[in-house]
Amino acid sequence: MGSYITKIFGASPVAPIQEHMEICYKAAKELVTFFEYVNGDNWEKVRESREKIVRLENEADEAKKQIRMQLSQALFMPVARADLLDLVLVQDKIPNLARDVSGLVIGRQLAIPDVLQERFLTFVSRNVDAAKGARKTIRELDELYETGFRGTEVDLVRRLISELDQIENETDALQAELRRILFSIEKDLSPIDVMFLYKVIESIGDIGDMAERIGRRLELLMNH
Amino acid sequence: MEHATIYLILAGVFGLFMAWGIGANDVANAMATSIGAKALTIKQAIVIAAIFEFAGAVLAGGEVTSTIRKGMVDSSAFIGEPELLVYGMLAALLAAGTWLFIASRKGWPVSTTHSIVGAIVGFAAVGLGVDAVKWDKVGAIVASWVISPLSAGIFAFLIFTSIQKLILEQKDPFARAQKYAPIYIFLTVFLICLVTLFKGLKHVGFELTTFQAYLGSAVLAVIIAGIGRFFVQRITVDEKAEKKFHYATVEKVFAVLMVITASAMAFAHGSNDVANAIGPVAAIVSVAQSGQVLQSAPLPIWILMLGGVGIVIGLATYGRRVIATVGSHITALTPSRGFSAELAAAFTIVVASGTGMPVSTTHVLVGAVLGVGMARGISAINLGVVGRIFLSWVITVPAGACLSIVFFFILKAVLS
Repeated sequence: MGSYITKIFGASPVAPIQEHMEICYKAAKELVTFFEYVNGDNWEKVRESREKIVRLENEADEAKKQIRMQLSQALFMPVARADLLDLVLVQDKIPNLARDVSGLVIGRQLAIPDVLQERFLTFVSRNVDAAKGARKTIRELDELYETGFRGTEVDLVRRLISELDQIENETDALQAELRRILFSIEKDLSPIDVMFLYKVIESIGDIGDMAERIGRRLELLMNH
Repeated sequence: MEHATIYLILAGVFGLFMAWGIGANDVANAMATSIGAKALTIKQAIVIAAIFEFAGAVLAGGEVTSTIRKGMVDSSAFIGEPELLVYGMLAALLAAGTWLFIASRKGWPVSTTHSIVGAIVGFAAVGLGVDAVKWDKVGAIVASWVISPLSAGIFAFLIFTSIQKLILEQKDPFARAQKYAPIYIFLTVFLICLVTLFKGLKHVGFELTTFQAYLGSAVLAVIIAGIGRFFVQRITVDEKAEKKFHYATVEKVFAVLMVITASAMAFAHGSNDVANAIGPVAAIVSVAQSGQVLQSAPLPIWILMLGGVGIVIGLATYGRRVIATVGSHITALTPSRGFSAELAAAFTIVVASGTGMPVSTTHVLVGAVLGVGMARGISAINLGVVGRIFLSWVITVPAGACLSIVFFFILKAVLS
């Protein structure tokens, strides 16, 4: 029983991709809290925050798998299937980075040097802002589908993407500055800690890069 | 004619059963896009379907009925043996009905049109001889099965592209939608009425000149567009929904338009598919009453009404439940898409009805949906299912034919 014709409509991937992005953003956002506790030397709370990040990362993985399964080869879609899968892969890198960073810091009980702390937090939150900007563009995905990737909606998304690019440029500058300061004080710190600090800074910067790449992926979808 | 009453009763029963089957299974397909796009509730869909299926069957079902009744089989094959036509048409009804029953039980996509055409060609070619089939006409029907989904796809592409250009791409899509909605309604009603009136309503005692047909269609279209405009103007912006999805209010406008196209779809379906049930009945009634095969006998209106009533009963008894299952599916279809697909499909089917071509409502609708998809309108179309729906007629035609051959020889042995 039932009408066969309803079965020709595959489940839309739009809402799942948007939900996945929400989770990814939450994981990134938790990093701000995480480093506030690290700076406050409250390792109990740091551990709690880390658990939350790991949980969100797992959730994102699960959501990613669902989307992959849903996007079967036999679907006829307005955008290339590979482009959508790429987009989800890039989104999924954000919680992975958040997990890696928090893992490094917890594993080595890595404290941020006092002179760096304030700048470091700004750096983290700007990268999280970039992820937020990416989420904002992904929140327009349903509208893009509605208009068939044309017209004023496309202009709007292009504007959002250029805002996102600006934030990312800012994070690059912040990252360079952090490195410069770290370089000037590294002689006084434990060499191994310094190595890992560089690594942590790099990974946090990668969050901004991934956010920017989400914008690039959306552009690809629109230019189809 | 001997046994005339038995033939009449059998024809009536089989025809009603077939019409019931169409109402029970097929109407859901015609209404699926409206319900899937949440433009209509299930109750509204059932009421609209009942009214417009009946209207379509009675007002515009004549041409296809006459094709099924006498277009495919050469009447000279029955000279001296008019009973053969009765057995054949009874066999065709039974075969199509049985095949529909089996297929819908198994959940296969079925087309009543393909099964009845296959059944009639089957009994005629095997029971009477290959020459008894008017192959040119059958060829034209088969060609229409390819052409109709194709042209519905092209129409749907054009309609949806016009919606994108005029409304969705613009800065003020809601104001635009309100402005253009009455025009789209006018076009829908005008085109459907024009085709219907052009073919004439002689059988319901209505004869119109070309001018009158144009005028009548235009007047009715203006009235309905006016009513539509009233409802569209009343729509207010839903701030909360708009925040989540900026086109929520625009889609509400299209939901109003979809009420019109859903009606058009039901009308179109009734006009084309009623023939599958009552075409054979009409042939049997004509032979049983006159005792001979008359090529020019008029089609009594009560037969069309019988078909219409059968469809509505099928809808009321069983089709309701099928429609309810459609409603529970979450589809990637918004009203703007559903509107484009339905308008294109309804227009194509009504034109086919006017020219006497029995086409498959489902195939035409699928073609229209693909057309919208081509315009980047639908987030995901399952091509595997599309392929299975189109391929189904490759099985349905010979299945209907084989069954009808078997029934033909059984009936011939039993009744004569």
